[in-house]
Amino acid sequence: MSLADFWFMLFVAVIAAYIVLDGFDLGVGMLHPFAAKEDRERRIVLNSIGPIWDGNEVWLVVGGGVLFAAFPVVYASMFSGFYWALMLVLIALILRTVAIEFRGKRESSRWRGLWDSVFSASSFGLALMLGVAFGNVVTGVPLDKNGEVQIDSLLDLLHPFVLFLGVTTVAMLLMHGAHYLVVKTEGDLQARVQRWVPWFIALFTLTAAISAVWIAMGDYGVTDTFTDDVWTLVFPLGALVAYVLMIAMVRRGRDFAAFFSSSAVLFLSLATISAGLYPNMLKSSTNPANSMTVTNASADHYTLTVMLVVAIIGIPFVLLYTAGVQYLFSGKVKLTPSSY
Amino acid sequence: MNPEFLSRLQFALTASFHFIFPPITMGLGILLVWMAWKHVRTGDPVWRQASVFWVKVYGLVFAMGIATGLVQEFAFGMNWSQYSRFVGNVFGSLLAAEGVFAFALEGGFLGLMLFGGDRLGPRMWLLATFLVVFGAHFSALWILMANSWMQTPQGFTTKMTEWGNQAFMTNFGAVVNTPSFLPRLLHTWVASWIIGSALVLSVSAWYLLKNRHREFAKRNFSTAIKVFTVLAILQVVIFGAQMAISVTKNQPEKLASIEGNWTNDSCAPLYIVGWVNESAEKTYAIGVPCLLSFLSYGSFDATVPGIEKFPKDDWAPVNLAFQAYHLMIDLGFLLPLIGVVAWFVWWRRKKERMPRWLLWVCISTVFLAEVATIAGWWTAEVGRQPWVVWKILRTDAAVSPTLTTGQVLLSLITFALLYALLLVLFLFLLDRKIKHGPEAPEEPHGSDLPNTFREVFRSRSQGRASGELELEEEHVPS
Repeated sequence: MSLADFWFMLFVAVIAAYIVLDGFDLGVGMLHPFAAKEDRERRIVLNSIGPIWDGNEVWLVVGGGVLFAAFPVVYASMFSGFYWALMLVLIALILRTVAIEFRGKRESSRWRGLWDSVFSASSFGLALMLGVAFGNVVTGVPLDKNGEVQIDSLLDLLHPFVLFLGVTTVAMLLMHGAHYLVVKTEGDLQARVQRWVPWFIALFTLTAAISAVWIAMGDYGVTDTFTDDVWTLVFPLGALVAYVLMIAMVRRGRDFAAFFSSSAVLFLSLATISAGLYPNMLKSSTNPANSMTVTNASADHYTLTVMLVVAIIGIPFVLLYTAGVQYLFSGKVKLTPSSY
Repeated sequence: MNPEFLSRLQFALTASFHFIFPPITMGLGILLVWMAWKHVRTGDPVWRQASVFWVKVYGLVFAMGIATGLVQEFAFGMNWSQYSRFVGNVFGSLLAAEGVFAFALEGGFLGLMLFGGDRLGPRMWLLATFLVVFGAHFSALWILMANSWMQTPQGFTTKMTEWGNQAFMTNFGAVVNTPSFLPRLLHTWVASWIIGSALVLSVSAWYLLKNRHREFAKRNFSTAIKVFTVLAILQVVIFGAQMAISVTKNQPEKLASIEGNWTNDSCAPLYIVGWVNESAEKTYAIGVPCLLSFLSYGSFDATVPGIEKFPKDDWAPVNLAFQAYHLMIDLGFLLPLIGVVAWFVWWRRKKERMPRWLLWVCISTVFLAEVATIAGWWTAEVGRQPWVVWKILRTDAAVSPTLTTGQVLLSLITFALLYALLLVLFLFLLDRKIKHGPEAPEEPHGSDLPNTFREVFRSRSQGRASGELELEEEHVPS
């Protein structure tokens, strides 16, 4: 395994951590208007992610930085090529951040209602766009030989397959967010969300199964890895095991274990798709020779080594205090004077 | 109007808007650590009251900083793909290190800082606050490192690859410690602390003016005026001066542009205010004769290289750089003056009956300091033109080739509208928060809350066992 391979794995792990952690934030955001019936419940739902959402978003920043440093040409092509898609992502991220912060600042129900809508709409938009982005990475984009993405408009990024992956992601994060809310809430609110969990699981199962078949049938070259390197089957099989465990845990009413299994489903699903794409990072849909791979798009050995030292020193700390802070705020949400 | 120009405008807008907030998270942060520490040491409820009040302001500012900061990380790839491809090996690793080391620290502990006030004892809360503020400074360190590499690049080599010309790191130590790095870092940190103390000064001056929360305001004013004045003086005589020396040595072209100095003069004047006619290649300004020569080279008749000495292709937009720079230094001289006068009167009148006009002047300091700091960034970035990486990569060769004018125009307008809306909302909420004022001081606080690591974890496991964790819900305001 080369250093570039290692960085590819680390990049996927960081993005997967982002999907797992900010994933439940987004799911909670989408569920927010439906799960909560009055202001106190809405505050409980919001405060379930209140103290940790910014820590979760850090993983996106780290992911962006890792991509920039370890695979600069992929970063450059993808970000400039998906210009308007990323503009929308930025707008949604900005609006979601300020909605969380602004909502509780005034008593007026119109004010709160406005920011509630912004919060849930931006969460939904982000979930959808995450899926669409992955869809485009799977299908590949029209890369020319200079590594520039040649698309005319945003609409070129929206094929039926890609949109369906967006829908799948929304279903996945609804399920993930519902698990999280069940862990964090109690009483009526919890009972309400708990009733929905099986439905979200069913929706996710349906969309994910169709997506999986669609990916396997489509000529995207993502199945080769699994026949070439059989060990990589641990990712899809692991995801399947986690999925079964999740259902078992829901049935036994083990809320936290169900949420944890759901996290594993998300993490391993992303690992599966990434393993399938390997060694491609950004495929050219027009000419395979222009594709960016882990080998031809990585930074040089010196940079990757420096970064390795950074990661070895830094990442254990991040994991340690992420876990510490999540632990500290674990348990059911209690509103206090400093809550949102 | 072309994609390059519009992209520059967009970056200027988004970076300038973003940089309103990080200095406050550093500067106000330092004061918050001080207040929380005083509370731990003395148990005086006024410090607790101050911490609780300022931490709420801090949360609002921090959210704005996060929301607008992510834009920068995306912008390098979105609008400057050729730049990103060229520098990724060098510049990208500094951004990644910032994310892993610093931003994660801030983001991780911010929740504890904002929501820890009624969960943690004073010592643990102080620790959480300290870690966030430390993270904010550490974050600035990596960003300044990356930006200083663009100003004075070293420790790399360039090679043609299949993706075009790319820079490759050869010496990490040289990349992180470029000649301009340390002066720029200290200059920025000190500017941030000035802004933080100016914010506290402004708000407490306003309370004094309106005769509200007098005890709170007097305590805050006393602390802030000292910190503000001392830092503002040090900024001029040490940190700003070091910065100027660094530019003189490393970027003489930039010095010539920002000073509006066209010809190679011995006894070059230091201008205070003026206008540059770029087509006539002349500067019309009031200045102190020979002072630039003296400040730059320690002798009144030293020759300072003028703009004309350098190839015309390499000239920055001189008037813009000149105006930004002079706005910064003029305000830079005004701030310590305000500080000294206000401190003197505060001391002479024994904290009572401050003249109203002087309180108004104190209120203005946070705006003046913000303007000076943004103008400073404009000086640094406009003065670097036409290079994005000094003498290595031109800005017009850095822009994403796939962008169209229409695309960037639309995104620029979107950002302008979105940011205008955010600014209005931010100021509105800040204003409300300030008008609402601090809560009444509480009784000696925190004895029952966990105050060591052991107590923190013990209280958690007990809370879990009994399925319940403290805290009444009745008197919960929003």
